[in-house]
Amino acid sequence: MDTFVQQLINGLTIGSIYALIALGYTMVYGILRLINFAHGDIYMVGAYAGFILATSLGFASEPSAFGFVVTLVGSMAIAAAIGMAIERFAYRPVRKFSKMTTLITAIGMSLLIEYLFVFIFSGTPRSFPQLLPNSNITLFGNATISTSQILIFAVSILLMILLQWIIFKTKIGKAMRAVSFNINSAKLMGINTDFVIAFTFALGSALAAAGGVLTAQYNPKIEPLMGIMTGLKAFVAAVLGGIGNIPGAVLGGLLIGAAETLVVGYGSTIGIPSTYRDAVAFAILIIVLLVRPAGLLGSNVQEKV
Amino acid sequence: MTSSIKTFGIAAVCIAAFYVLNAMMSSTGFFGVGIDDYQARLFAFIGINIILATSLNLINGFTGQFSIGHAGFMAVGAYASAFFTVTYGKAIEGSFGFLGETVASSLVLLIAIVIGAIVAALMGLIVGIPSLRLKGDYLAIVTLGFAEIIRIVILNIDAVGGATGYQVSGYANFLWIGIFALITVVVIRNIVRSDMGRALISIREDELAAEAMGVNTTRYKVTSFAIGSAFAGVAGVLFAHYNKFLSTNDFQFIKSFEIIIMIVIGGMGSMTGAILGAIIVTLLPELLRQLPDIQIGSTVFKFADLRLVIFALILIMTMILRPQGILGTSELGGFLKRFRRADKSTGGLS
Repeated sequence: MDTFVQQLINGLTIGSIYALIALGYTMVYGILRLINFAHGDIYMVGAYAGFILATSLGFASEPSAFGFVVTLVGSMAIAAAIGMAIERFAYRPVRKFSKMTTLITAIGMSLLIEYLFVFIFSGTPRSFPQLLPNSNITLFGNATISTSQILIFAVSILLMILLQWIIFKTKIGKAMRAVSFNINSAKLMGINTDFVIAFTFALGSALAAAGGVLTAQYNPKIEPLMGIMTGLKAFVAAVLGGIGNIPGAVLGGLLIGAAETLVVGYGSTIGIPSTYRDAVAFAILIIVLLVRPAGLLGSNVQEKV
Repeated sequence: MTSSIKTFGIAAVCIAAFYVLNAMMSSTGFFGVGIDDYQARLFAFIGINIILATSLNLINGFTGQFSIGHAGFMAVGAYASAFFTVTYGKAIEGSFGFLGETVASSLVLLIAIVIGAIVAALMGLIVGIPSLRLKGDYLAIVTLGFAEIIRIVILNIDAVGGATGYQVSGYANFLWIGIFALITVVVIRNIVRSDMGRALISIREDELAAEAMGVNTTRYKVTSFAIGSAFAGVAGVLFAHYNKFLSTNDFQFIKSFEIIIMIVIGGMGSMTGAILGAIIVTLLPELLRQLPDIQIGSTVFKFADLRLVIFALILIMTMILRPQGILGTSELGGFLKRFRRADKSTGGLS
């Protein structure tokens, strides 16, 4: 039982990171019907931005809450700017073309970011500085939760509430919902769709960067290709929850995270080796898509003839 | 009649050319003219990539089904056949030794190719039948997921080396790769030009309309998926027995992306486009490897290290400037024919 609680805590920690990244995928897909393959790399860019900020501003030497907040917000801002730049210079010119074209552009963007970072920072992993003091708290039984895990939960919940507020309570949020409902009608209603799309990229990228910095606090090893698998799983989480659906992305992220750690913890008892960890996300995805093609919380849209 | 004679003639010339190239790759060369190992590998990989690109083009380009898991089928073919040749290859070679070494080893390779193609086609059916109910992006995601699962399952099978990799005998050489690239191109070209090809293109253009016209869309989609997978399996067999070493890292989804990049750069729905794309995607990073270092002040810029960055930039620029790819849906032959026709008409107005 103790180990189960422990596994669940660890799973939900990874799950909240997946959820943060999945939100970016789901928002962009909801608006542009584009699988933004470069989004996982933005998560990596966020971690590196945090690394550079923390080391150059001197927060690395002594842990402080101020340093953490500055690093987090700073890297979110940098990632938001980069996300907007990617949208402006790569995705906007191909927006009117076929789906395959935009997808290939996204793949190209992903390769570009990865290899640019390999070129600049070399492929060797770097260790991310501890920005806040870390200690373990023993829960009931023998399960422990570290302060960095609590931090991940707290920050991701805070960011998700903030996102929910932006989308449902602000004018730009209303515009985003309108654009995702029907981009052409939204344009006719006088919404500056280009701005809304750019804002969506900024928002998604900022969340992914937050995910990057938080992960780096939990697991302080960062490398230029870290975004590939994590990004893919976060994307799977978005599809699982119903792509274009924000609560769905959060649910999907948590489910994937939990399933993954449970397979590592308990898989061997039912004959699944822990090395299948990376396959679990995809297996769940395939099963869900075959049974419920629109995802768990998504609604099925009838095709018009 | 004349067209089939022409086809056979072209095929014979191609095979003769492959034979000469293959001979040039050997240590003695062809009448003293040789190709070094690096170039030989490039030629072989171009051939394998042509098989991959044309077979994926059948699924993505002609049927319009968005599959991004081609590397998974390649892996299935590669590992299944490699397991066969490692286990039984020597025995078969021994029992057919009376036919001579070349014939015996060719026989092993041919059996391996049949096995690889069948296993990959079956895998294509298993993946295709349930997932082809899904459309567009969802199909893409599911194929990606299946390919990753296939890779991870193979990674966990100790009999084929698991994470340490799998040592395979080098039964394939450039001649075989060339011949099978030719076979793939001819077979897929014939499919595309047949009734089935018309049906596939109608599905690509408008699935609902095709269905309304009485095209059995599910059957055709699954068939094209299985045929495409079978050829991916063949490419896998050739890769395994040419490279002599298999690692699941060779079949990550980046490989699937690479194959898609080939058909998109060349032009979706063009046979010659896929071939052109395969050649470009194989050669371009290698050409960029030879970029010179440039020294500005005391810092040296190694442009060769930037080759993958430049490759990605070229990819993005291609998509922005020519989204339909180099050839679009036209064929290179069509251009040449039109050119020739324009040349003949003296008025120049036709």
